[in-house]
Amino acid sequence: MKTLSLLVPLAPLIGSMIAGLFGGRIGRRGAHSVTILGVAVSFVAALFVFNAVTLQGQGPINFTLYQWALSDGVGFQVGFLLDNLTTLMMIVVTFVSLMVHIYTIGYMADDEHNWPKGSLAGKNSYQRFFSYISLFTFSMLMLVMANNFMQLFFGWEAVGLVSYLLIGFWASRESAVYANLKAFLVNRVGDFGFLLGIATLLMFAGSMDYMTVFGTVKQLSEQSINIFGSTEWSVITVACILLFIGAMGKSAQVPLHVWLPDSMEGPTPISALIHAATMVTAGIFMVARMSPLFEHSEVALSFVMVIGALTAFFMGLIGIVQNDIKRVVAYSTLSQLGYMTVGLGASAYAASVFHLMTHAFFKALLFLAAGSVIIAMHHEQDMRKMGGLRKYMPITYLTSLVGSLALIGFPGFSGFFSKDAIIEAVKLSELPGSGFAYLMVLLGVFVTAFYSFRMFFLVFHTKERMDQHTKEHLKESPWVVTVPLLALAVPSLLAGVLIDPIVVGDYFKQVLFVDHHHAAIHHLTEHYHGVTAFILHGMTALPFWLAISGVATAAYIYLLHPEIAAAMKTKFRWLHAVLMNKYGFDDFNQRVFANGFTRIGGMFSQVGDRLLIDGLVNGTAKAVGVIAILSRHMQTGYLYHYTFVMILGLIGLVGWIVFSG
Amino acid sequence: MTFQMFLFYFFATIQVFAGLRMISVRNPVHAALFLVLSFVCAASLWILMEAEFLGLLIVLVYVGAVLVLFLFVVMMLDINIAQIREGFARYLPIAAVAALVMVVQMIWVLNDKVFKASAPPPALPEYNNTEALGEVLYTQYVLQFEIAAVILLVAIIAAIALTLRKRPTTKYQNPGEQIKVKRNDRVRLVQMKAEKNEVEPE
Amino acid sequence: MISLTHYLVLGAILFSISIAGIFLNRKNVIVLLMCIELMLLAVNTNFIAFSHYLHDITGQVFVFFILTVAAAEAAIGLAILVVLFRNKRTINVEALDDLKG
Repeated sequence: MKTLSLLVPLAPLIGSMIAGLFGGRIGRRGAHSVTILGVAVSFVAALFVFNAVTLQGQGPINFTLYQWALSDGVGFQVGFLLDNLTTLMMIVVTFVSLMVHIYTIGYMADDEHNWPKGSLAGKNSYQRFFSYISLFTFSMLMLVMANNFMQLFFGWEAVGLVSYLLIGFWASRESAVYANLKAFLVNRVGDFGFLLGIATLLMFAGSMDYMTVFGTVKQLSEQSINIFGSTEWSVITVACILLFIGAMGKSAQVPLHVWLPDSMEGPTPISALIHAATMVTAGIFMVARMSPLFEHSEVALSFVMVIGALTAFFMGLIGIVQNDIKRVVAYSTLSQLGYMTVGLGASAYAASVFHLMTHAFFKALLFLAAGSVIIAMHHEQDMRKMGGLRKYMPITYLTSLVGSLALIGFPGFSGFFSKDAIIEAVKLSELPGSGFAYLMVLLGVFVTAFYSFRMFFLVFHTKERMDQHTKEHLKESPWVVTVPLLALAVPSLLAGVLIDPIVVGDYFKQVLFVDHHHAAIHHLTEHYHGVTAFILHGMTALPFWLAISGVATAAYIYLLHPEIAAAMKTKFRWLHAVLMNKYGFDDFNQRVFANGFTRIGGMFSQVGDRLLIDGLVNGTAKAVGVIAILSRHMQTGYLYHYTFVMILGLIGLVGWIVFSG
Repeated sequence: MTFQMFLFYFFATIQVFAGLRMISVRNPVHAALFLVLSFVCAASLWILMEAEFLGLLIVLVYVGAVLVLFLFVVMMLDINIAQIREGFARYLPIAAVAALVMVVQMIWVLNDKVFKASAPPPALPEYNNTEALGEVLYTQYVLQFEIAAVILLVAIIAAIALTLRKRPTTKYQNPGEQIKVKRNDRVRLVQMKAEKNEVEPE
Repeated sequence: MISLTHYLVLGAILFSISIAGIFLNRKNVIVLLMCIELMLLAVNTNFIAFSHYLHDITGQVFVFFILTVAAAEAAIGLAILVVLFRNKRTINVEALDDLKG
């Protein structure tokens, strides 16, 4: 069992190493075969583990593989915790990763065109790409399977690193390099908080092990620390908020979300794998994993909920004005991550994790569909140059429809169940800020429906706006692209029925801890009477009608009266400008942080380095030089001068001895 | 005034006179000779103080070897006296002042009672200065003595190394080279036809 | 009776004479060397005087070593002088300013 579970993270690592280190020798075919094999093995092993731990109830299994340091009683270990949450994540990660691996064969088939001629970095880029995505799979699995904070942090940073490598994969493009730098820096801000959070827990709980820390949570919640002078803060609140800051970076919550839209500079499979399905959900996963901690701090939960609500609504709003197909999906991801975070804030961890899972499927589907469109359009991503693709790409069209319906939460599709569960939980929550959050997520439903179908209509319906050359070459993508689309469409459509065990059932009973004061999810359970009833109830609820009206509005504006969109744009010019500027986060960061730090750096460079340090160093050299120039006149080179000085010195010395005493 | 007193003043006067002449004569050869005189006087004074061994030593070694070396060098080198004597008068006052200050300072010290040592009784007839010196030199100061020997050796080698030079014109034999010689270096065997070539008739 | 002071005064006078000699003959290296020899002689006279009046043979041992070192110094000094003259064709101290800073 342990061996099997070790196989899950190690198989992709081995594949990655082979493809990465011997990429030139094994060629393209070898690279994609070995990595896909690795991930497939991992997926199958994950299924076995799932079977053993979850279905046969052998879990939870908690074991330490290796202890690589012991310092002052704190062990730094490599260990694995296999319980229902872990196994679920393992299956989601390996499945989506497997799909993405297969899809990549098609997407990266002619990667040479993306590099300048003769570029050294472009050599073996295909193999390198496969190596990276396998490495990512390994990192993500290490993250979710960890049983201690150290390993969690390792996985956390490793996915950040791979994300950095992949966003800037096309390193010859300036925008890609800019985007990966931005992603890395913004994530550093979050990771700083995360690290502080871990440090806080280590300081007060004295251990890095999950179980030990969770065991001391009662004492922790009674302690308090002083921050900024004499303000007293509960330890648990401080730790949770700091941990959540880490989650904000990784899961792209306001205001640390700015990197995610830019990360679309990376190849599309990556956008699907990392920036939609798996890595960005690491924050959600982490908070769910830490539920025993968060449950003890209402302040932290409120904070989480408000941040999530802001992200859910306002980021969705930006999606409406974007014209780049991938960016629309990216903003939709931000918005959906906001939903998950709101769910966490409302203590509906199960619902959030459930939404995480369904979202992984349908968002990967949407991204891969978008990628399929991009392949067909010869790497054109502007929706204004698309339209009417329905008849050229039937499979992509259908699967996109499934994905979009799942995204807006159409009854019966997977997204409906998970999103409705979150919305219900927020409605029932009694935490401060839940009213605001409820309003935000409701409006978010309308916005989601609107931008999703705006994109859908602009791409697949409406008249064909592409140029003649592209039009002639339009065709459905090859099977390596369409098979993953179909494979992902199935869970996007059907995964919703899992609400029965996951959210209302006792799947997470031993894993997620919910305090009885925040029992929104329990109320939900009481009102739950089976899948069909849930769908029927959903049909009559407010979110459904909001979604329908969103779709209708999109249809009315973009299908029937395209001139309305233009008119609106001119009429609400200021609003459009605000949205196009993404509320000015980027400008703010650029002005305040980037320029501010440049200026501070410049100041330190001028004053600290050039003036003080250089002044000191050069000044010393100069002073020595000046003294030397002056004193060299004493070195006449004439023997008798030295003799005179000696004799005069002798006379002086003898005089001093004789006459002083 | 005892005879010893007379001897002291006699040699001391000659010595001071010799020193003064040494620093003031034009010719370095004369200067060296006055230095010899000064050393001989010093040797006499040392013997007066019952340091017979050192008194003889200074005459033999210093006067006999070192000062002859001086003379030798002075005579060997072609020195432009006029140039060297430049500025002699100009520095006379300064030199006088310096010397006077020095001597005053040193004599001033003599007021101290430390130097009021009483004169020792004359040595017994069987006292042997050389033996007494040898006794401490070869026991208590044997290491220093060895070091002094090494210093002298180094001085010999250094003096030779400094002044030794090879003249390209010098002719000499190198036995090593001579022994090492091989036949091929000296004799070259050539093969020639026994007969003359036929001369073409004209 | 001759006292210690007599010898010491003699030593002081000789020492001062050699100092004056160094001042006066500042251009002639040979005379400079001679002055140094005279200076050492003065010192040696003092040592022997102390040895004699304080009944301590150590003073004479010192003189012995000083003589050794002085002989070595004279030999090497003269050797240097010869080399110097060979290279520069002069022993004028004024010409020896190669080490001028």
